[in-house]
Amino acid sequence: MIEMETTSTNLRTQEMVLNMGPQHPSTHGVLRLEIELDGELIVDVRPHVGYLHRCFEKHCEAMTYPQIVPYVDRMDYLAAMYSEIGYAVAVERLLGIEVPERVEYIRIIMGELQRIASHLVAVGTYGLDIGAFTPFLYCFRDREKILTLFEMTCGARLLYNYIWPGGVSHDLPPDFIRMTKEFLTEFKPTIVELNNLLSYNKIFIERTANVGILPLETAINYGVTGPNLRASGLKWDLRRDDPYSIYDRFDFEIPVGKGWHGTVGDCWDRYYLRMIEMEQSVRILEQAIEQIPEGDVTSAIPKRIKPVEGQIYTRVENPRGELGYFIVSKGGLQPHRVKVRAPSFVNLEILGELCKGHLVADVVAILGSIDIVLGEVDR
Amino acid sequence: MKTTEEIFEVLKNRYSEDIIGITNMPPEKIIDVKPDAIFKVSAFLINDPDLDFDNLMILSGLDDANGTKTNQPDGSFEFVGGTLSVVYHIESTKHRHKLVLRVSVPKENPVTESVVKVWACADWHEREAYDMVGVIFNNHPNLIRILMPYDWDAGYPLRKDYKNPEFYQGMKVPY
Repeated sequence: MIEMETTSTNLRTQEMVLNMGPQHPSTHGVLRLEIELDGELIVDVRPHVGYLHRCFEKHCEAMTYPQIVPYVDRMDYLAAMYSEIGYAVAVERLLGIEVPERVEYIRIIMGELQRIASHLVAVGTYGLDIGAFTPFLYCFRDREKILTLFEMTCGARLLYNYIWPGGVSHDLPPDFIRMTKEFLTEFKPTIVELNNLLSYNKIFIERTANVGILPLETAINYGVTGPNLRASGLKWDLRRDDPYSIYDRFDFEIPVGKGWHGTVGDCWDRYYLRMIEMEQSVRILEQAIEQIPEGDVTSAIPKRIKPVEGQIYTRVENPRGELGYFIVSKGGLQPHRVKVRAPSFVNLEILGELCKGHLVADVVAILGSIDIVLGEVDR
Repeated sequence: MKTTEEIFEVLKNRYSEDIIGITNMPPEKIIDVKPDAIFKVSAFLINDPDLDFDNLMILSGLDDANGTKTNQPDGSFEFVGGTLSVVYHIESTKHRHKLVLRVSVPKENPVTESVVKVWACADWHEREAYDMVGVIFNNHPNLIRILMPYDWDAGYPLRKDYKNPEFYQGMKVPY
């Protein structure tokens, strides 16, 4: 037998394909990643989506406009209120109707509460992915309080069917404003607590800073939106840049990534931006519950929605980015075509680009920082 | 900030043969482009400093359902002829203007150009349009199904005359 000395020159190497998912705890749903590895370095990542595909868009073509509302809930199930707001705004602009003041305020209160709830899940599960279990419990404790508020408003905790084109299904319950105020006073110290627990944790920063850097040019070209785009340094928020509803009346800031612990647009920036956005949502909420007027909430709901022939694309700033609805009407009671631009669908595309050259353990950190919801990716 | 009409004039002067016209679909206005010219028109739109359309918001494929409808004895129907469309909603994050482009292709030969080289995010959108409506994008780096199973051979679900297959891989489909 000839014994060959193993040296760096004759060592046999080859690329390996590693399958991650579809049932993997840190893919946040059913997502399969085909990872091409050179040793421990990532050469390419190819996401395979579609495991949750229900062809929501085909369903829409067989239903009238109000019947679609419960279906949009089921896309982004962590921010269902915001999916409804987006759909309601799209249909209202297609019909050219105005909604009462009180409805606008209710929508903003619901939307911002939903943003906090969604970011809490994002932040909590991100910690969980990296290995920090405790912050997850803190986040879900606070999210529970928001879900209780939603439950007393419309009876459901996740899929609401509350915001309809032209209004909301019914008025706020009498105690709602008082309880929201209470929640906000309780919640503000928790952000500080969460920061101390997770954000400035040395291990957490080591795992996330300077990992998965997304340059601004690439981000725009890949259509990345929401906190992921802002973490790369562009001050772009549809609440200010393409205003809908009454966001122009409130005083709030749009945070951008500054590379606090590493480079602009790394995982830590994307994570921390969600923490600051929660603070800004609290600011909007405090102003909205002070200003909310009395009034009727169902008066503008049309009895029969039958838009004339036309088409519209409207977009709103969902917790995950730009949520757009493209609706084509041929003048019937049912839409001719509804296409949804789901922020997670577009944001997930960048994953391969971000992971290149990193270690295999960083895939989880990068994927978690993009914050996807597979219900929305697959529709 | 430029209106659709102003951009239409610019495009008409530059690519007179490839720009078909402007269609009013209230509240939006659409510029119709010939399928084989969409790549060069979009490359111009993103590179021109006065236009600078750097963001593709959404790319949607749709079945126009404008062919002749023939009813089958079992209650289903089929569209013969007609067109499929691809609609591009683009905007400029610098100048804050938006534009809607549309490409219509005949259903028998639904071939158009890919714009992935212009806007990278068109990759998955075009795969979705191919998957759902069946538009074929030339020069796309990886034009395979995205949401449906890779081996789905029963057609394109978002066409108006789509029929569910009886079986998929030996499994009964209608439930």
